Amino acid sequence: MKSVLKRIVGTIPVLIGVVLLIFIMLRIIPGNAAAVLLGEHVDQATIDRLTQSMGLNDPVIVQFFKYIGNALQGDLGESYRYSRPVTEMILEAFPYTVELALLAALFAWVLGLAAGVVAAIRQNRLLDRLFMGASLMGVSMPIFMTSLLLQYFLAFRLEWFPLTMEQGSLVSMVLPAIALGWNSAGSVARMTRSSLIEVMQADYIDTARAKGLGRRAVILGHALKNSMLPVITMMALQLSSMLSGAVITESVFAIPGIGRLATTAINNRDMPVLQGTVLFTTVLVIAGNLLADLLYGVLDPRIRKEV
Amino acid sequence: MADPQTLNETLQSQIGEQDGAREKLLRLCRQNKLAVVSAVVILLILLMAVFAPLIAPYGEAEQDALNRLQPPSAEHWFGTDELGRDVFSRVLYGSRLSLAIGILPSIVSLAIGILAGLLAGYFGGWLDYIIMRIADVMLSIPSLLLAMVVMYTLGSSTVNLFVALSMVGWASVARVVRSQTLSIKESEYVEAARSIGVSRWTIMRRHILPNCIPSLIVLFTLNVPSAILSESSLSFLGIGAQPPAASWGLIVNQAKQFLFTQPWLCLAPCVAIMIVVLAFNFLGDGLRDVLDPYRKNQ
Repeated sequence: MKSVLKRIVGTIPVLIGVVLLIFIMLRIIPGNAAAVLLGEHVDQATIDRLTQSMGLNDPVIVQFFKYIGNALQGDLGESYRYSRPVTEMILEAFPYTVELALLAALFAWVLGLAAGVVAAIRQNRLLDRLFMGASLMGVSMPIFMTSLLLQYFLAFRLEWFPLTMEQGSLVSMVLPAIALGWNSAGSVARMTRSSLIEVMQADYIDTARAKGLGRRAVILGHALKNSMLPVITMMALQLSSMLSGAVITESVFAIPGIGRLATTAINNRDMPVLQGTVLFTTVLVIAGNLLADLLYGVLDPRIRKEV
Repeated sequence: MADPQTLNETLQSQIGEQDGAREKLLRLCRQNKLAVVSAVVILLILLMAVFAPLIAPYGEAEQDALNRLQPPSAEHWFGTDELGRDVFSRVLYGSRLSLAIGILPSIVSLAIGILAGLLAGYFGGWLDYIIMRIADVMLSIPSLLLAMVVMYTLGSSTVNLFVALSMVGWASVARVVRSQTLSIKESEYVEAARSIGVSRWTIMRRHILPNCIPSLIVLFTLNVPSAILSESSLSFLGIGAQPPAASWGLIVNQAKQFLFTQPWLCLAPCVAIMIVVLAFNFLGDGLRDVLDPYRKNQ
């Protein structure tokens, strides 16, 4: 219990660091944000007034603490472009990204686990080689390539799925989910395979075999359970990276999620929105990593003592 | 007292067991043919990038208004784009920027990471704490988003893309170098060097750094493809390299509007990215098996 608390407290400096880094990086732009916002044909007085009301005259450190104070109360500022609260925009976009990430994770895990187990059982045979080759290709394909291929063949040519996301249609999320999960499926398969092969060499597997248990029973009943530790941690890490990696997929399939919010914020030079989305996503990733760590401790009693 | 002959033989067999660099390379060639093939592929692609002006049948931005959006043919192997530019030539020229953006930022982040890791590991204390917390912060921000923030601040341009990607990769290098430094720092030969008055910098340079090199080679080989992927992702989103320069991601970005009418335009640059990334991944895995046997299964 104490170690869990220690681990949670340990993330606080990182969190503060993340906010500080993003905050500073977005504020070293030359030029006045208010002037950029208003465009060219305005007089200096108007610019000064907006600068004042945006709080840009305060020292950066004051702005920083104001921002943190507001952020802790759920206020991430207001969009330059749309004059709407950033928090509201993020909460609107978040469900789409969550749905996408969960579906992608489901796809990646089911496919990855199955392929990994089969490859481990058929180690160094044709099926193993085939699956491992495919998984390495999965890891090496840029997400936009997977997305465009799926979009072209399954949506445009075969017309099995809609080209882009449609509101309230689960079917239209299938292709984006596969595109986003493809890479992760490859890593899960590789990790499952190597972990299972390692576990299969343990003495207790020989014991189980010697007792007369069949191969299948040994793998499913003994080996698989013990080989899942690193895989599960990896999955938890993947889920948080999917939440953030959805940028490309959302752009190709026109999904109004967090990633798209960030991309449009860059094109609109909408600093508060970009800042909000990056911070929000990073906090999620940190929370995900923390969860993965804690999960590992729960699942593996040996680790619990060490942490 | 041992017979000098046998002593010599024992010594030699011990040296043999330790494996020289050449022996390791030979072992790699024998065990992992895929890695060797990958190395050859990478070399070929590097040569193609260097000699692109000689190989390319058309210029990088050479337009032919009469032959726009042509399908692949004998004159235009991968077809032509919306301005009548030869896609094969553009992919060839694009390899220069894409490879440069894969390799140069990886070198910069390697340099920063080595320095940060050595300082943190060797000196420890508050310096270690500060450097490693900064590394933690960098590692916890998803790299694509971090690069996006840098690109927002500096503006989308090819040079700024180099800066953004150089800033992203150093933290993981620093972690590896730090942990190696921590363990080597305590070894007897470093103790011995210190006791005869060798300076800290010399110890780091002569004794600690060489021991990190195997892991660093692996890390570098695996860093290059991820930088290439980040570049292509950013350029694909339109916030990376800017036209008229050609990079693989940018070519896809411009070709994606013709996905349903001229799908071949997207294919060539995508496949190019995949081949390079795959080759670097194979090579990195192979090198890891040879140089870093303890991490073989990870």
